[in-house]
Order: sequence, then C-alpha cells, then structure tokens
Amino acid sequence: MRVILNGKERDIPNGLTVDGLLNHLDVRPQRVAVEINRVIVKRDRFAETYVQPGDTIEILQFVGGG
Amino acid sequence: MSNNDVLKIGEITLHSKLIVGTGKYETFELMERALAESGTEMVTVALRRVDFDAKDHLMNHIDPKKYIILPNTAGCYNAEEAIRVARLGREMGIGDLVKLEVLGDPDTLLPDPVGSLQATQVLVKEGFTVMAYTSDDPVVAKRLAQEGATVVMPAGAPIGSGQGILNPNNIRIILEQATTPIIVDAGVGTASDVSRALELGADAVLLNTGIAGAKDPVRMARAMKHAAIAGREAYLAGRIPRKLYATASSPLLDF
Repeated sequence: MRVILNGKERDIPNGLTVDGLLNHLDVRPQRVAVEINRVIVKRDRFAETYVQPGDTIEILQFVGGG
Repeated sequence: MSNNDVLKIGEITLHSKLIVGTGKYETFELMERALAESGTEMVTVALRRVDFDAKDHLMNHIDPKKYIILPNTAGCYNAEEAIRVARLGREMGIGDLVKLEVLGDPDTLLPDPVGSLQATQVLVKEGFTVMAYTSDDPVVAKRLAQEGATVVMPAGAPIGSGQGILNPNNIRIILEQATTPIIVDAGVGTASDVSRALELGADAVLLNTGIAGAKDPVRMARAMKHAAIAGREAYLAGRIPRKLYATASSPLLDF
C-alpha cells in the first residue's frame, strides 16, 4: 500500500503495525518518535497501531544540533 | 572548582558550566572526543526525519548515562511547530527537558519573542522543563521567566556568528533581574567569550560552533573547559573595581 513516509510516497506491505513498519525499515524503535497524520503515536502503542493506506507518517530521530 | 558550586535545572544538577552542542562535527568520533574533553555533562541535540540510508547515527556516539540529553526545537519558526517538535522530542523517552527555540528570521536566526512566549506558556502547562533561547532583551527575558521558563538563555550574539557577547550591559541587566538560572546561549567564538559570560555572572554557557568549527575541535573543547573554570572562579572571587587612575602595587613610603 502507498503511504507518505518522511515526505516521500512509498510502497509498504499491507497490514503493518508501527512496530512492523519500523522492523521493515530496519529502524530501532527505541531510537525514534513516530507521528501518523500529525498525531504522535506513543511508544507503548507501536505494537497495536496499524498503518493505513494513504497515511502520512513521520519517523524522527535525534541528530547533531546546537 | 568546588564541588558544591552546582547549577540546578529542575531535577538536574550540573557541575560543569558548559553545555555543548552536537552539530557540525566532521565525524561522530571527533564529536565524542570534543565532548569528553570539554567536561560537559549536558549536550544538545536536534530532532529530524530518519535517513533510512544512513549507516551511522548520532545516538551510537552519545551515552545517555554519561550526558544529559537536551533536545532543541531548532528550525521552528512559529510556536505551533516548536510545540510539536518539543512533544516529539519527549517521546524519545529522555525526560521533559527542552531547549525552546522559536526563530524569527532565517538570516539572523534571532528568536521570535512572541512565539517564544506562546510556546513557553503551552509547554510549561504540559510539564516540560523549558530552557528558553532568547535575545539579550531584558524585558523578554523577564517575561519568559514569568511564563514559567525554568532557565532563560539569552544569546551573546547570533547563533554560529562567533562574535562573543555583543551587549554585556544587557546580559548584566538580565542577570541582575533574574529569577531563574541564566545561560548565555549562542555567539561564542573563542575561549575568552566563555570566561566573559561567566565573569558577568551567567550560570553556564551553551555553545556548539565555537568548538565544532575550530580547526582543532578537541583542543578548543579543552580551552573552553579551562575558560569556563577561569570565568566562574573569577566571578566567585569578585573582581576589583575598574578605576581611571593608577593604584601602586608596591609600598610608596619608607625609602
């Protein structure tokens, strides 16, 4: 299914939870914050929150900054 | 420096007078060495989209047991966006600290005082420990403290400009009127700028480019550490007043 992931359209497998998506992307869940359609997904809901077709997903991490 | 000369920010106790940024280093290894050399106990980080192709990550090189992580809202140009980034930063699970930046202009990176006040109000209500970046305007500094900022952080000079403390009189007024810790944030170009800020009575100095942009960042980090110690000690020691005429150091009588 198509989603918008970090600003880019992308095909991902159907029926993924947030945890599943992070696993699919090879991203460690402890290292990121996730927003779907501008709403934060709490870390303890990663396993039960499903990604829907057309969702706008932001996956953010810490980078160097001042 | 004596061990009981500490800075308290909410629940946190800091001994070092330096807070150091993690941006703009040529390599993560160089950053790690510079941070260690600076003696800092708190480092700033930014929040950005994951680069799915990147092979290495900042947090592979920063041990949260060793450094307190201070997420910033850099790059936000209105209160709403800064609040969003602060909330996302808190989701990283490292606590309620935020270095609040609401910028007003991309060329000067000077803060938007109205947006900074609005965001401070909201974030304080949500339980954040707000460390508010601001200009050296004493009235805005006072207002941020009134809105509940835990720390007010006036810029010495524009971010990354290396111009030092452009208006020490304003910083002095902010310090005299302060009801919160004051951290001079931004503008540090070299070690004497750190000393100067601390000699004025600032509780700490936050810097990034002054170290990361130096030809030898590790050596500059060491210089900053010594400058912080010197500046703080000089402040606590109490400097002599400036006088127009000479006062002899040797006895003048009894030849």
